[in-house]
Amino acid sequence: MALSTNSNFARPDDAFRAIVEAHRGLTEAQSADFDAALVLVLANHIGDIEVLREAIALAKRRTLDASQQQQQQQQ
Amino acid sequence: MAAAKTAQAKTQFGYRRHPDQDRSGANAAEHPVVIVGAGPVGLSLAIDLAQRGQRVVLLDDADRIGEGSRAICFSKRSLEFWDRLGVGDRMVDKGVVWSVGKIFHGDQQLYQFNLLPEEGHKRPAFINLQQFYAEAYLVDRVEQLPGIDLRWRNKVIALESRNDGVALTIATPDGSYQVHATFVIACDGARSSLRQLVGAEFAGQVFEDQFLIADVKMTAAFPTERWFWFDPPFHAGRSALLHKQPDDIWRIDLQLNPDADPAVEKLPENVRPRIARMLGHDKFDFEWISLYKFQCRRMAKFIHGRVIFAGDSAHQVSPFGARGANSGLEDAENLAWKLDRVLRGLSPEGLLESYHVERSAAADENIRESTRSTDFMAPVTRQEARLRQAVLSLAKETEFGKRMVNGGRLSVPSIYDTPLSTADRDDWRGGPRPGASMLDAPVADNDGKPTFLTEVFIKQGTGFTLLAFGNGAAVDVPEGVGRIQVGGEGGLVDAQGLAGKRYDAEPDTAYLLRPDGYVAARFRKVQRPVLDAALARASGLN
Repeated sequence: MALSTNSNFARPDDAFRAIVEAHRGLTEAQSADFDAALVLVLANHIGDIEVLREAIALAKRRTLDASQQQQQQQQ
Repeated sequence: MAAAKTAQAKTQFGYRRHPDQDRSGANAAEHPVVIVGAGPVGLSLAIDLAQRGQRVVLLDDADRIGEGSRAICFSKRSLEFWDRLGVGDRMVDKGVVWSVGKIFHGDQQLYQFNLLPEEGHKRPAFINLQQFYAEAYLVDRVEQLPGIDLRWRNKVIALESRNDGVALTIATPDGSYQVHATFVIACDGARSSLRQLVGAEFAGQVFEDQFLIADVKMTAAFPTERWFWFDPPFHAGRSALLHKQPDDIWRIDLQLNPDADPAVEKLPENVRPRIARMLGHDKFDFEWISLYKFQCRRMAKFIHGRVIFAGDSAHQVSPFGARGANSGLEDAENLAWKLDRVLRGLSPEGLLESYHVERSAAADENIRESTRSTDFMAPVTRQEARLRQAVLSLAKETEFGKRMVNGGRLSVPSIYDTPLSTADRDDWRGGPRPGASMLDAPVADNDGKPTFLTEVFIKQGTGFTLLAFGNGAAVDVPEGVGRIQVGGEGGLVDAQGLAGKRYDAEPDTAYLLRPDGYVAARFRKVQRPVLDAALARASGLN
């Protein structure tokens, strides 16, 4: 099974909103704690190490792209 | 400190001059095998080789067995190996048998695990036994065997590789002398001087966190379980371990801050209050205190010409997982039969390469597992610490969280991906696959006397063994190959059906076991040509 990047929610805004609201009122440290727990819960639900690795690679690519952009802007 | 143990085990030995020392370098004595280092690995290897009929010279630079408990957890696999060496009963009789571990977070138990939840095995998951007892019992066994020449206070100071072996220069209280060895096995520990003499690297990772080990003597009613705490009330923010050993000795392991000063932390007056907080009293005496940092590293190649490395000299892991001494013992059992075959000319020297292939992969696995445990106990970054904390808190209410808590994953035998195995061609729903170690099961012999497969395996001798099931036609095995028959006429009785179940057996099912008890090949119906081919492959003959 490959990582699905199609839109899987009938109402994607609800999903995004649910995560955003979960962070409302939290300090940055609390948000980071919350994210760590949420990632672990979701990873276990997926239960497929290959899908998890693909998801990590996709997310990591975003992080690296962002830091490269930042460096270019600074130059 | 040493008085209690000398009463029960001999730990001091004398240097004796050997006639080899009267020979000049040009006329040096020739020996087929010289083992350097009389620790658990070197001693066990020497015994295995001697039981196979080899003459062994075993050198040690000290004349006594080391202080302190050091290794304490010996695995089922190690005990099965020691059974073959004739010392298993003594180890188990003295040792503390255990199979249950508990993990706590704060003052709350997160979960418990049982490393051997089923009946029908001769040996338990683990025993705890101070390393000096294990070494003393092995030395006693060495002294029973005529083939082993154990020389204390013999230190190798130079090594010269030659085409047909290795010339060693050995320092003694009477000056130095030379011997020539066909093979040298370096079992001289993490600070191996032989590794330095061959100029090999020992690369890996050093962990910054410091751990304090104390063995304390006290009478206590704690169960014989491995207890591990994250962030306990008596040692806030760090981890702790409590484990029972024989003689009312308890192993306590406390994680310290990375910047702790070893000299200060080690002082008994500083250790005592910490442990008193843990135990709730201070009615205990110290047997041994040591401070250490984790290291995980291994040699790139375990074989350097005719010098072969085994145990800590070849690989080092962090201690949470009982993967140090046990993996060294697995090295010894893996190497002994191969070296014996090569020395007898039954297999080409290339067979030894499989020792490197199999045991370096096992070392990688042990390093990976123990690095993961270490990282979980001592997270490196803030976010790693958050993830660790999330696992610990999820463990309180979810099954998956409990399974992710890593307080040390305890040693199990590796499954070898090895050129010695013959790949499965039949259909299997279970049973140990080629490259896995044999499984024990209870059976009864012809007289109805209960025994175990591992015991019958030992009685078969020291070579390859065919383990055959069912009522099928008797297979004739090549000369020198042992045979165990389960079920059928004249076979062992598998009254509980556990042997059949553990080996996924049908009538005619057969497993070819290597001399170290690992599966070389398995067949739904065995015939001589495929059996002969599997034997040749497992012997390094093709």
